[in-house]
Amino acid sequence: MRLLTHNMLSSNIKGVINGFPLRIEAEKVVIKEVDFNPDFIKNMFSKIDWKALADASKIMGYAELPEEVPDHSVLDSDEFLQKFHHALLQLHLEEGALVCPETGRRFPVNKGIPNMLLHEDEMNLDATCTSSASNP
Amino acid sequence: MSSRPELQAPPEIFYDDVEARKYTSSSRIVGIQAELSERALELLALPDDGIPRLLLDIGCGSGLSGETISEDGHQWIGLDISRSMLDVALERETEGDLILGDMGQGLGLRPGVIDGAISISAVQWLCNADKSCHEPRLRLKAFFGSLYRCLGRGARAVFQLYPENNAQRELILSFAMRAGFAGGVVIDYPHSSKKRKEYLVLTCGPPSMSTMTPSAKGEDENSCSDEESSGDEENQTVCISDRHRSRKKQKVTKKGKTRSWVLQKKEKMRSKGNVVPPDTKYTARKRKARF
Ligand SMILES: C[S@@+](CC[C@H](N)C(=O)[O-])C[C@H]1O[C@@H](n2cnc3c(N)ncnc32)[C@H](O)[C@@H]1O
Repeated sequence: MRLLTHNMLSSNIKGVINGFPLRIEAEKVVIKEVDFNPDFIKNMFSKIDWKALADASKIMGYAELPEEVPDHSVLDSDEFLQKFHHALLQLHLEEGALVCPETGRRFPVNKGIPNMLLHEDEMNLDATCTSSASNP
Repeated sequence: MSSRPELQAPPEIFYDDVEARKYTSSSRIVGIQAELSERALELLALPDDGIPRLLLDIGCGSGLSGETISEDGHQWIGLDISRSMLDVALERETEGDLILGDMGQGLGLRPGVIDGAISISAVQWLCNADKSCHEPRLRLKAFFGSLYRCLGRGARAVFQLYPENNAQRELILSFAMRAGFAGGVVIDYPHSSKKRKEYLVLTCGPPSMSTMTPSAKGEDENSCSDEESSGDEENQTVCISDRHRSRKKQKVTKKGKTRSWVLQKKEKMRSKGNVVPPDTKYTARKRKARF
């Protein structure tokens, strides 16, 4: 899983108000080369939550991104774009977990795939199974 | 159609290691899925500016549909409920990121960040109640609601699907509309039992020119070579349904339906081959209270 995906994912657990960003527990990080496409990352820039990306990449061992949200003008800097590209698309969380910031629930990551399946009592479907089960 | 996989077992059981491998190594399936994905991407109608977009592939399986997205140069995130299918995707080194998840639980994604979504041969699975706690309506609601939220305004979602019957298509479509999507069903080659394929084409946001349902392929091919085998097919006359959630509000003025609206509507019904009473001076006149 790349940080691009981490930056989009949030915890979907019933009752959680702000499930973003998921905290990363990194056991194994791998770097996979991806073709540099400035158009894509420039287009993504406005959608990225910068703080979440900078923090996540630091946890993954890459501390080159500025902490504070950079001004739009940085998109003219090739050096910046290269770093942004690396953090967004080349760092992979291979083994570890994503942790819900509100409940502390761990979503394990195996072979790069986060398991985001919810247990029955975590689901947000107003009147499902849980309601019949928990009815007195 | 007696062998619908949806009726045999829940998807995460049906698509086990053996089935996942069998599915992905069949050159027939690989070919069909590529074709369906190409058509879905075409219907997605992304801006033609050469900029790669971030797309979702819902029910991505072993990555056959995702591969078509990569070939088009876009980035994608794939979601699937079957770990076996995702493991095959890993082996095949697909380029998208993979998530193990259940679309019926809703997508846990930030609002407005996704540029478009496709789903190939997967959404009909949501209509099954595989566990005692599964209520298809709630799962459809959770799915479409969360999809609507994570897509950018004006973004599209295109689902190729195999509804079991008309009621199932209606059910799926109605939950999409309720979530706020505009759009409808595109049926390619409606008269051919072999080539016939259905796509749900949805747009996020209020109806406009861009939310109009695109036209289908092969609608005029009235007699196809495989016509003999169409015995089990219903005779579809309506190939496209174009719907917007707020249609009623658009068309009905405070005074009620205008004469020109009624005439237009009747003309449309005629063109579809329906029997419609002739237009007279009484058409669309208000009736007396005691008629
Ligand atoms: C026929 S396969 C299609 C896979 C891929 N889109 C392709 O074109 O090859 C259907 C896929 O939908 C997945 N699926 C079914 N129900 C699902 C659900 N509730 N959430 C996520 N994926 C689901 C299955 O696991 C399976 O991989």
